[in-house]
Amino acid sequence: MNDRVTMTDQAPHPSSSYRWLAVASPVALLLLWELLSRGGVLDPRYVPPPSQVLVTLVRLTRSGELPYHLGVSVRRILAGFLLGAVPAVALGLAMGLNRAVRAAFMPVVAAIYPIPKIAVYPLIIFYLGLGEASKVSIVALSIFFLVLLNTMAGVMALDRVYFNIARAYGAGTRELFTTVAWPGAMPAIFTGLKLGMGFALIVIVGAELLGSDAGIGFLIWRAYQIFAVDVMFAGLLVTAVLGWLATGALDWLERRALPWRPWSQI
Amino acid sequence: MNATVLPSAPPGGRVAVKELTHAYLGRHGPVVALRAVSFTLREGEFCAVIGPSGCGKTTLLHILAGLLRPTAGTVRLPDRINGGRATALVFQGVSTFPWFTVLENVEYGLRLLGVSAAERRERALRHVERVGLTRFRDAYPHQLSEGMRQRVSIARALAVDPEVLLMDEPFANLDEQNRLLLQDELLQLWQASRKTVLFVTHSLDEALRLADRVLVMTAAPGRIKAEVAVPFARPRDFRAIRREPGYGELSARLWDELREEALQARGG
Repeated sequence: MNDRVTMTDQAPHPSSSYRWLAVASPVALLLLWELLSRGGVLDPRYVPPPSQVLVTLVRLTRSGELPYHLGVSVRRILAGFLLGAVPAVALGLAMGLNRAVRAAFMPVVAAIYPIPKIAVYPLIIFYLGLGEASKVSIVALSIFFLVLLNTMAGVMALDRVYFNIARAYGAGTRELFTTVAWPGAMPAIFTGLKLGMGFALIVIVGAELLGSDAGIGFLIWRAYQIFAVDVMFAGLLVTAVLGWLATGALDWLERRALPWRPWSQI
Repeated sequence: MNATVLPSAPPGGRVAVKELTHAYLGRHGPVVALRAVSFTLREGEFCAVIGPSGCGKTTLLHILAGLLRPTAGTVRLPDRINGGRATALVFQGVSTFPWFTVLENVEYGLRLLGVSAAERRERALRHVERVGLTRFRDAYPHQLSEGMRQRVSIARALAVDPEVLLMDEPFANLDEQNRLLLQDELLQLWQASRKTVLFVTHSLDEALRLADRVLVMTAAPGRIKAEVAVPFARPRDFRAIRREPGYGELSARLWDELREEALQARGG
C-alpha cells in the first residue's frame, strides 16, 4: 500500500509546470544583480545595474548609433554567409557524390579546417585592407569549412538505395545532384549553417575589435577605450540577442525548407 | 567484356537472360554472385524468383534494371516505347524519397523521362488513385505506414508504364496481415495491366500465391536450380488456393529444392 502512495507522489510533473522556472531563474539573477549593484556591493562604475544598461541601450538606439553599428555587422554577416555557404554547398555536394573530387580536396580541407580563422585575419587585412572586403571574407572563411564538411557528410550518410532508385529511373549526374544529393543533404546543410552562425558572430565581433571603424565589435572596443562600461554591457547584450535571433531565423527557415522531416517527433 | 544488355525484344518472349554471370571485387578478391543464369520471361507472365539469402537475387534484378553491368552473358529486354521505360524496379525496404510527397514520388520516373508537368501530374494522379492513396497525395513518406510507402513505390514503377516490372522483396518488411493485403492488391493491379513481372522473394507462400512460375536459385554463386510451374487459376483467391490439394504438394516440392540451398547458405 505504502509503495503505491509513494509512487503516485513521485509521478513526473508535466513539463509545463517547470516552465516558470526557466523564466524565473534569469529574472531572479537580474534582480539580484540590480540589488547588489544599487546596494553598493558591486561597484556600479565597474558593474552597472541592468536598469542602467537598459537606459544606455535606449539612448544608443535613439541616437541612431546602435542601429547603425548593428546594421553594419548584420550586413557583413549576411554577405559573408552568402559568399561562404554557396560555394561550400556546391563543393560539399560534389565531394560527397564523387570519390575522386573527395580525394582531391579532402587533404587541403583537413589541413585548413582546424586553423582558428581569426588567426588568418591579419593576413586577410594585409591582402584586402581594412575595408568591408576583409570583414566579409573572414566571415565567409569561417563558415565555409563547416558548411562544406557538413554538406559532404550529409551526402555520404544518405542511404545508397536513394541513388539506386534514381539511377534505376534513368538519373544522370545532374539528376543525382538535384533530386537526391541536394534535398537529401539539406538537413546536414542546415546543421552546418547553424554551427556557422555561431562562428560567424564570434569572428565578426572579433574582427571588428581588431581593426574597424564600425560594427558591434567596434562599439564595444570604443566603449572600452573611454571606460563606458554600460555601453560595453549594452554591446554584449545586443550581440547575444543577435545570435539568438539569427538561430531562430535559421530554425524557421529550416522548417519552411524541410516540410518532409518528422518535426513533431523531435 | 563480352557482357551486353541488348535492347531488342527476344523472339517468343519479353525478356531473355542468357548465361548471365556477375562477379564483384570483394575484400578477399573477386566474389561470384551469379553463375551462368539463363531464363526467359513470356509476355504478361508473373514469375517469382526464390532463393536463400545472399544468392544473388538482388544482383540479378539490379542487372535487369540497368544498375549493374554483368560480367558476362546477355540480357535481352523489350524496346522502350514512347514515354515509358523497359524496366521499373520496386526496391526492398526504404524505397520512397522522404523529401518528396506521395505525388512527387510517383511523378519521379516521368520527370526523368522528360514528360511535361501537366501530363506527368495527370498520369501520377491516376496511379496514386489506383493504389488507393489519393487522400494522401500531398503527404510525405514519414506520415505514411510502411505498407502505404510500398504502394507509393509500386505506383511510381507502374507510372512509367514499364515493359517489365521488377520487384525486389517489396513486402519483406511488412507484417503478415499487411503482406497478405498488399499481395492481393498487387494481383489486382497485375490482373488489370498484365505487365510482365519478375518478383524476387524468400517466401515460399508468397511465390505460390502470386506467380505463374517459380525459379529456384542455388546458394551463392546463384544459378537457376529448378523451375516450378504454378497451375492455380486466375484471378486468384488466396483462401481458395490454400484449400487446393496441389498447394501443399507444391509447397513441399519447393521447400525440398530450397532447403539444401538454405542449409548451404547458412554454412551447414
